[in-house]
Amino acid sequence: MSVALPTRRDEAWRYSDLEAVASVWPVAAADVIDVPAGTQVSRVIVQDAATDAVAIRDYRVILREGATATFHVLNTGGQLGRVTIDVTCHEGSHFELGAAMLGGGAQTLEIVTTLNHIEPNSTSNQVVRSVLGGRATGSYLGKVAVARHAQKTDASQSVKAMLLTRTATANAKPELEIYADDVKCAHGATVGELDANALFYLASRGIAPAEAKALLLRAFIGSVFEGIADDAERARVEAAAQGALERMLDSSLSQREREGVRSAKPSGKGEGDL
Amino acid sequence: MLKITDLHAEIDGKEILKGLSLTVKAGEIHAIMGPNGAGKSTLGYVLGGRPGYEVTAGSVTFGTLDLLALAPHERAAAGLFLGFQYPVEIPGVSNVQFLRESLNAQRRGRDEKPLSGAEFLKLARAQADALSMDQEMLKRPVNVGFSGGEKKRNEMVQMGIINPMLAILDETDSGLDIDALRVVGDGINRIMRKPDKAVILITHYQRLLDYVAPDFVHVLAGGRIVRSGGPELALELEREGYAGVAA
Repeated sequence: MSVALPTRRDEAWRYSDLEAVASVWPVAAADVIDVPAGTQVSRVIVQDAATDAVAIRDYRVILREGATATFHVLNTGGQLGRVTIDVTCHEGSHFELGAAMLGGGAQTLEIVTTLNHIEPNSTSNQVVRSVLGGRATGSYLGKVAVARHAQKTDASQSVKAMLLTRTATANAKPELEIYADDVKCAHGATVGELDANALFYLASRGIAPAEAKALLLRAFIGSVFEGIADDAERARVEAAAQGALERMLDSSLSQREREGVRSAKPSGKGEGDL
Repeated sequence: MLKITDLHAEIDGKEILKGLSLTVKAGEIHAIMGPNGAGKSTLGYVLGGRPGYEVTAGSVTFGTLDLLALAPHERAAAGLFLGFQYPVEIPGVSNVQFLRESLNAQRRGRDEKPLSGAEFLKLARAQADALSMDQEMLKRPVNVGFSGGEKKRNEMVQMGIINPMLAILDETDSGLDIDALRVVGDGINRIMRKPDKAVILITHYQRLLDYVAPDFVHVLAGGRIVRSGGPELALELEREGYAGVAA
């Protein structure tokens, strides 16, 4: 790990909040997880640092022959919240990532992954969903490097971001570096807003704007955390995600919607009069 | 129950409704027919409160409420149901979850107790059965992968669960085959043909009116009601087309 403070020229730091980085530099060495051949590990990372904190967490994962690692990441806290995962895949190993970045205010959230497929028949699957409000920036940088002899590598990345405000920013950058000729590397990235038609449909059935948005956003994040094997842990992460969404929605509701919510009880007469 | 007076509405600065007036009383079913582009769907959306549809003049009272002053979800809670011509697909949200949230949101708006999961499921199953909808479809994401007919049937299941005072059904008959048309027609009669309820059926064709007999038929053309009559007017329209009748 380099001791020098990173700059924007470093691809992996291009969209970061370097002032925030400087305040905690140098950061601790990466957490190394060496997974023996044929075994499995799973990690659930909930990064929910205080809003004024800087949280940088680095992981280095080595997957020996036939090993599997499953990571679930909820990245939602901090002025800067950054999670990096550098994975080395040996023969027949598999890496799975389900991640959500939920941020508002002036937060910068980042997930940076590097998948080094260095031997044949290894696979990886990454699903990242971001919901960003305020002036927040959420970035996913996902590099997949396939070595010359790492044939039959199958690596996929699905990255989607939802912007709640016009001032939020999402960066999605899949980066493929492929030297083998018999591989599958699928990647897809979308950035969008909540569907106005769906919001009106929900409203026409009596669901208030804030609830309608929460429902659509829950659906958007959807299955990201479904793979968490431990029920209690999954419930904990989903509740944390839910809480983060509610806080964001609270602060991103437009003035008109607030007024709408306030006047939810039309004054006066009841149903009987209709 | 509903009184629309001299309603003018526009989309993107283009006036679509140009002085529409209509009164609907409890116990009545009104059919609104008219050529393409007459403003039929616009009327439905304006009453439902769809963003982008701007009312420039006129008034709409629903019971004692000023309908136009309410947000769309408040209109629903007040007892108005808008059946969509093109029901929206919502991936990731199951029908059951959607319907339960809808019903309970409305009940909360009326200071009623929300239904428990079990109570709600019982109600949803009964409505799905009554409309010959496969129970499995309750678990599927809202309208995702549904055929045109299944979407319309789903609208009726929603209407049955929500049990509104006034239903505005926008071309609920489009995309239905003969059998589905009968099922949907029966649904409208069963749920809404009651002394304290009312329906506005927006439709192009007479055929739905074979199943749901209207008390009044109106011809909407050029953003206004140009003619009103009894059920016989629909038959006349079917025979002679809008050109003759609306002229």
